[in-house]
Amino acid sequence: MEITQYLLSAQSADARVRTEAESNLRKFQEQNLPAFLLLLSVELANNEKPVESRRLAGIVLKNLLDVKDSATKKHLAQQWMAIDIAFKSQIKSWLLQTLGSSVPEARRTSAQVLAKVASIDVPQKQWPELIGHLLNNMIQRDSSADLKQSTLETLGYVCEEISHPDLQQDEVNSVLTAVIQGMNLAENSSEVRLAATRALCNALEFAQTNFENETERTYIMKMICETALSKEVEVRQAAFECLASIASMYYSVLGTYMQALFELTSNAVKGDVEPVALQAIEFWSSICEKEIELQKYKTADRNCWDSLPDFVPPHSRFIEKSRISLIPILLEILLMQEENVSQYDNIWNISMAGKKCLELVAQTVGFVIVPLVIPFVVANRVKPDWHCREAAVFALGAIIEGSTIYQDLGVLLKYCELVRELIDDLLFLMNDENNQVKETTAWTLGRIFEFLHSPVGGFSVITSDNLPRVVDILVKSVKDAPNVATKVCRAIYTLAEGYEEAGMHSSFFMPYIPRIIESLLFAASRADLDDLKLTSAAYESLNEVVRCSSSTEAPQIIRELLSVILERLSQTLERQIVSSDGKEKQADLQASLCGVLQVIIEKVSSADDLETRSIMLTQADQMMFLFLNVFSCRSSTVHEEAMLAIGALAHATGSEFGKYLPELYKYLKRGLQNFKDYQACSVTVGVVGDIVRALKYKVVPYCDGIMQILLTNLSSEALDRSVKPPIFSVIGDIALSIDENFQKYVDSAVPMMQRAAELCAQMDSNDDELLEYGSQLKCSIFEAYSGILRGTKKSKIMMPYAQLLYEFIGFVLKEKDRYHVPIGWDILLRKALAAVMDDLADLLGTNSKTLFGDLTARVTYTGACLQSDCDNLK
Amino acid sequence: MAPSDLRRPYKRPQLSDQQRRRELSLKRQEQSRDAELQARRLASTLLSLPPEQQPSDPEPEPSSSTDYDLRDASKLKGPAARKWFAKQLMLPEWMIDVPHRLPHDWYVLPRPAGRRCFVVSSDGTTISRQRNGTVLHRFPSALPHGSRNRDGSGPPSYSILDCIFHEMDQTYYVIDMVCWKNYSYYNCSTEFRFTWLKEKLAETKACDPPSYYHKYRFSLVPWSRCDLAGLHNAYAGEVPFIKDGILFYNKHAHYQPGNTPLALVWKDEHCSQYVIDTDSKGQVPSHQQVVLELQDDGKVTTSDDPPVVFSCLNLDFIQQSGLQSGCLLRFAIGDGGLTIVDGKLERADLHYVGTSNRARAFADTYSKIMFQSMARGSPLRIDDLVASISSSDDEADTLDVEMAV
Repeated sequence: MEITQYLLSAQSADARVRTEAESNLRKFQEQNLPAFLLLLSVELANNEKPVESRRLAGIVLKNLLDVKDSATKKHLAQQWMAIDIAFKSQIKSWLLQTLGSSVPEARRTSAQVLAKVASIDVPQKQWPELIGHLLNNMIQRDSSADLKQSTLETLGYVCEEISHPDLQQDEVNSVLTAVIQGMNLAENSSEVRLAATRALCNALEFAQTNFENETERTYIMKMICETALSKEVEVRQAAFECLASIASMYYSVLGTYMQALFELTSNAVKGDVEPVALQAIEFWSSICEKEIELQKYKTADRNCWDSLPDFVPPHSRFIEKSRISLIPILLEILLMQEENVSQYDNIWNISMAGKKCLELVAQTVGFVIVPLVIPFVVANRVKPDWHCREAAVFALGAIIEGSTIYQDLGVLLKYCELVRELIDDLLFLMNDENNQVKETTAWTLGRIFEFLHSPVGGFSVITSDNLPRVVDILVKSVKDAPNVATKVCRAIYTLAEGYEEAGMHSSFFMPYIPRIIESLLFAASRADLDDLKLTSAAYESLNEVVRCSSSTEAPQIIRELLSVILERLSQTLERQIVSSDGKEKQADLQASLCGVLQVIIEKVSSADDLETRSIMLTQADQMMFLFLNVFSCRSSTVHEEAMLAIGALAHATGSEFGKYLPELYKYLKRGLQNFKDYQACSVTVGVVGDIVRALKYKVVPYCDGIMQILLTNLSSEALDRSVKPPIFSVIGDIALSIDENFQKYVDSAVPMMQRAAELCAQMDSNDDELLEYGSQLKCSIFEAYSGILRGTKKSKIMMPYAQLLYEFIGFVLKEKDRYHVPIGWDILLRKALAAVMDDLADLLGTNSKTLFGDLTARVTYTGACLQSDCDNLK
Repeated sequence: MAPSDLRRPYKRPQLSDQQRRRELSLKRQEQSRDAELQARRLASTLLSLPPEQQPSDPEPEPSSSTDYDLRDASKLKGPAARKWFAKQLMLPEWMIDVPHRLPHDWYVLPRPAGRRCFVVSSDGTTISRQRNGTVLHRFPSALPHGSRNRDGSGPPSYSILDCIFHEMDQTYYVIDMVCWKNYSYYNCSTEFRFTWLKEKLAETKACDPPSYYHKYRFSLVPWSRCDLAGLHNAYAGEVPFIKDGILFYNKHAHYQPGNTPLALVWKDEHCSQYVIDTDSKGQVPSHQQVVLELQDDGKVTTSDDPPVVFSCLNLDFIQQSGLQSGCLLRFAIGDGGLTIVDGKLERADLHYVGTSNRARAFADTYSKIMFQSMARGSPLRIDDLVASISSSDDEADTLDVEMAV
């Protein structure tokens, strides 16, 4: 058969041979897909074929059933469903047969392909005999260990692919029985037990009914706990993975087993090898996450969640009850850092897992963790072994967030006092000989400032006494190794954040700002940097420092800073850069600098006095010149950042901005058409709003082009849906800004709005994410109507559309009574609704009776009416 | 996937500064959009409401939840729009205690006696409308597009000023600006609005003496920082109009429709003829009178948001008198007076007088009742204001010292 040859050639080292083979395979596929799939399955099943061709046959087969991209995936599924059932049965049969092959690779590949077929056919009820067939493999006496292993693997993969309603309860029972039998130590090889345990992990999700039954549940738990003591590391690891999953899925029934589970996992954490210990820690982390979730239900506003309390399982406070023994174990783990691994390198090892778990425990139990951890911090912070010092500082940083949220002021004040005592030690450790200790210390300082430094809230670890030392050390440490300096920048960020909008409270921080800015500017431009992590951290902190500067200090600070930033941005444009790496760096640097400029512009334009505001007018030309040059880099992040800054500039300069539009226009167009980076597209849409508001009638000559792109975007499937609501809103902005000039777009824009309104009516109300999107979409459609109704009021050109808008309003009003609108959106929706009703009534005036006289639907809406001032709803 | 993969970056991913910048931009854009629409709605109402309150208009049935029927849009438009409109002016609260930092955060200005109104210029005409919605004047003015004279000069636009019309010299005294040539100023601080108002007004001939295309003169009320000199000028300085107390505006406040504590009014006998409220006959009643709104549950409340409860009426009494919720009722405050504990109203000795004049749209505000009550007993005096300003200066000094230490 020539397919074998093609499959082999397609893996040839010779590019020419490879390309030709690939094209032949593709031709084959296009000519007759069912036959091609069948051939591939035969190839995979054929023990006489070379492993290489069988492997590729499996991969090609798999890729014709499933890919990551969801649109293509859907297409592939439809393609498969359309194939004649005779072909499909044959293919399935070859695949099932391969599970017993003597070649391990063929078995594994076949198991994976089977799961992909199952993912399409099982939910469609097109493969009812699959589970039975697989179970038969397990029951048959003459089944080889290999067949059992690959059958269990298949079961595991299938469970991963399909979802709970796809299986009948008796099927679930059989699967669980088969899997549990596969875990039996006495009867099975280690390979079979491993496959069974892994399959169980995927099958747990289906076992809800079984877990409700105590006998069955206890039996499953017993098997897992026994398996967790197996000789083989991988099997133990898989068993602990099952336990971690059970902790998330069946939290409410764990009570009886908790004592045993706690011992089992503690021993694993303390004595087992790392992969197993990691899973054991994972068990605790999962319990924490579950309990944190339960606490959220408790604190959530009941009024908005009336249906939820029924589903909330009882809170068993496992972590709180076991904290006395649990926390010391975690603290021990913190001391197991590896040498020369920066903690921020995303390496997942036991000390990392312990750190994460400690943070979660703190969030679960809150302030009661503090007395259990502080002695460890105090005892270890000065020990000669750096592991101790690092662990001590880390432990403090890890618990800050969890132990401070939801606390009342009294507790926070006491907490501040406690931590204030440690500040000097931390500052001292910023001069430690060990780099990791310094990095962690800087991180911990950042955390402390983030959660225990709120002059506005009335509590802070910072006093006018210790502030000079804090600033002094931070400013010096910005010159430390880049990993340390990056965390120092973050600490400066959170320190400054506390002073944002703090009025009088910020006055004693203000004198330090010039020095801090100087050090951040230095850090951002250090010559010894390989990457831009420190640079962007420094600029981000600079942003925060600018934001927090008081109105009396800001003008002077900004004048000086602005010239430096403009100079730096212009330097990035002078350099000729060839390498792609260099270009990327240049773009990132420009993005950071544009970010700083955006913050400066926003700060200046929100100033109360004209003199400060005038800074912008004098610098606008140079800024725009630079932004336009930056656009030539064509990187989307920098595009986005420069766009944001331009939007702020348009807002700040008002109608003066008009002179820049001829040059800017093509970049606006490019941004609006950037579907690939939809964030950049979305930002550009917002900036168009800024510009039309700033320019009013002056924007008319550009509106044909802009409206055309916006309308094209709305009808495009390829554009991320999140961009569409902002587009509707901005259409309203345009109408409001150009008034009757908008008339010519009404007949193309309003039908789009109507289509989107119809879409809202068809949305699935069970999908929370979709509900939220729907609310956003409705708000934006109303905003578009409001803008158009107000803008074109005089011509009454909207008259013919009044009825459909009326119906849409009626639909939203009625729907509101049936479904709950996601929190936050109800207020916005109500506001937009009240406004558009007002706008419609304004258009209709005395005509409303003749128009709606025959409509009998009476719409009741509590709270939103003309009388309710929009501002009250804000 | 092992659950651990989900939480690899063990440090909670902080909201990146980029994300923050994006969100701040979105917020600003949303606020600007709201401000534009708000200004447009106000202009539209100013221009299109019927000039007078029509007698055929039924009184709106005020209730907390309203059935809204689009078929009734035109019917509702009148009263509902009036009610909405009445809340669009930024209304100062009465000063019942002196805010901190007067010289740092506040402007002071003398308040002309007269009718508070919005003035809108658009489409070749200018309309002034009082708080109750009635048109005061329809006239040509030198405001942008305020008369036919300037036809063709630039694209159509509308501007909205917040004024007091002073009868004696037939002048509109401008105190604030909501919108100028289609640009909304709702979201700008007082400091910016006042400065900008001065500049914009100077670009027109609106402050010129009246002429054929400019029927009434506009004039800016002089404002200044609320230091001792500023306060003295507003209080005792020469002004071309009859003074009715003095106004205080917080520098940082945006234009906030409705009652706001960020603008304050104060007066005494020296700077106003009408310190203590008079009754319909122009007499000062022996006991202070207040107007309160009757709620569903029998409580009588002020027009504040949220309303302050003064008392609760007996339900039998309500039924017998045929009163309905939403009614405005007049009460006299008896000798028991108002009992204030920890700054909160504890008890009021109210005596029912009757229903209020139908022309009134709103009950009294809490600050008005308190100011009137104090005016009869122990008023807040100019000396108190002066003392506050002086001590505020000291405060700033001590702060400077602290900072130096």
